[in-house]
Amino acid sequence: MAKSIDISDLSIYYGDFLAVEGVSMTIPARSVTALIGPSGCGKSTFLRTLNRMHEVIPGARVEGKIVIDGQSLYDPTVDPVEVRRMVGMVFQRPNPFPTMSIYENVLAGLRLNNKKLSKRDADAVVEKALRGANLWNEVKDRLDRPGMGLSGGQQQRLCIARAIAVEPQVLLMDEPCSALDPISTSAIEDLIHELKTDYTIVIVTHNMQQAARVSEDTGFFNLAGAGKPGRLIEFNPTKKIFSVPDEDATEAYISGRFG
Amino acid sequence: MTDLATPPQEHTHVPLKHPRLPSSAPLLAAGIAVAASAIVGMTLGWGVAGIGALAIVLHLAGITLWSRAVENARAATDRLVTSLVWVALLVALIPLVSLIWKVITEGANALNGRFLTWSMRNVIGEPGGIYHAIIGTLLITLAAAVISVPVGLLSAIYLVEYGGQSRLAAWIRFLVDVMTGIPSIVAGLFAYALFSIIFGPGTQMGLGGGVALSLLMIPIVVRSAEEMLKLVPADLREASYALGVPKWRTIIKVVLPTAMAGIITGVTLAIARVIGETAPLLIICGSTDSVNFDVFHGQMASLPVFIYSSYTQPGSNPEILKSMAWGAALVLIIIVMALNLFARLAGKFFAPKRGR
Repeated sequence: MAKSIDISDLSIYYGDFLAVEGVSMTIPARSVTALIGPSGCGKSTFLRTLNRMHEVIPGARVEGKIVIDGQSLYDPTVDPVEVRRMVGMVFQRPNPFPTMSIYENVLAGLRLNNKKLSKRDADAVVEKALRGANLWNEVKDRLDRPGMGLSGGQQQRLCIARAIAVEPQVLLMDEPCSALDPISTSAIEDLIHELKTDYTIVIVTHNMQQAARVSEDTGFFNLAGAGKPGRLIEFNPTKKIFSVPDEDATEAYISGRFG
Repeated sequence: MTDLATPPQEHTHVPLKHPRLPSSAPLLAAGIAVAASAIVGMTLGWGVAGIGALAIVLHLAGITLWSRAVENARAATDRLVTSLVWVALLVALIPLVSLIWKVITEGANALNGRFLTWSMRNVIGEPGGIYHAIIGTLLITLAAAVISVPVGLLSAIYLVEYGGQSRLAAWIRFLVDVMTGIPSIVAGLFAYALFSIIFGPGTQMGLGGGVALSLLMIPIVVRSAEEMLKLVPADLREASYALGVPKWRTIIKVVLPTAMAGIITGVTLAIARVIGETAPLLIICGSTDSVNFDVFHGQMASLPVFIYSSYTQPGSNPEILKSMAWGAALVLIIIVMALNLFARLAGKFFAPKRGR
């Protein structure tokens, strides 16, 4: 069920401001693609266009084409709500719903879309999603407790469980580990390894070791200069990027020499 | 041979210990100030207010000078400002406590089973009851809440979720602020004129009171609900959108439940604010001695109007009606306090659970 994503000549605007310019890449199915680059270069903005989440910000729009499974995401007849059901997302900060228990949080995607589930099916979905997110053993005895009562790393895995409970085809992760300690980070990286057998995963990260550990392909974004739009500098297999990158700018960034 | 190297500089010893007043000093100073001003005031034949004012001045001067003598200038300023804050608190409490005390002492005698379950119909020359006024107040306020809560809540949702910074939203915010300042008598006149146009001249009914009160209540509900909805983190909305949940369902299932505690508190406080309104009800609901359960027909009594007319038109037995007016005031205060209590409990119950 995982799908590849074809992006051609994508430019992203906030009002008149061109934030990201001319991105073209092909994100392969059932693999992990990492996006790296300095802050403010448009990685997160680009990621949010992949499930039309950037439209939540007033004035945001795109030019260019994103095709998933032969369907253009920005076709006028496409409903952004349907896109987001197919392309799930995990955010930088864990954001479980504060009014819901752990159990209800996992089912939120289904319940909020008014899907009728029998108790047995709901239990099965919750267990499968929580096992998928490596959280089942820690919370199975307290599913009715508030989701906000978990630790930060557990909350983030709960958010991943919530995202995969609706069975998306693509999973977007926007710096999912930046607020977590090394042990929680390692748990989530293990999880990413397991998830890629079923999902196409795109992850934005500031941690280059993390990109090197978890991803098959890496895209390097950079600003052309202050006030200029961000652009994709290089997109290559991770092994190549971290050993013999094509571009000097990539090597400078990875080795810690900027500019 | 002279030693040209400068000797190592000696750091002066900085004492960390200072003499301090005992912890009972403020109480002691206050007691002495009160005793001294009582002696002076009584010998000069002053009233309570004069004695209290002198006691405050003596206390402020005494504690400051004492602290200045024993401690230091900074501590003295601290003592002075602390005492001023306490004095301000006590002064602010005086009217509140004396009001409640007065209403309880005057009204408690009137409270009994007959007072709460009888109306004033055909009661002449003996104590009756305020059942009709309690029913009237509850029904009129309920009508006002039924009108204001949907209108106010939906307006707030528009302002926060859809309007944003648009010109229409700015205008609505401005008009709501203007509405907050409408004098209640004007709301009553408006409702009276409106019902006269629709149902004929001189129409008085409970629903009209509901309309008049809702004019006063809607701006409070809009403002409090707007503030509460703004507090819901954008993260939660994004999390819901990212799960493929449409915007309207996100608002109903995620945003509103998260803000529910605050919204209920705001609505209850708005009700408590309008339940004591007299002027508009005097015009649009009139006054009656009988129980009226029908908000759509006929005049309807209410507690504030009952209190007003018992005091201004006591008839042949002013003593009886005046004590009944105090009893009705006590009942009104009890209802408002119960509403506030309910608001707190509801706020606790609906608040997002964070416990571990």
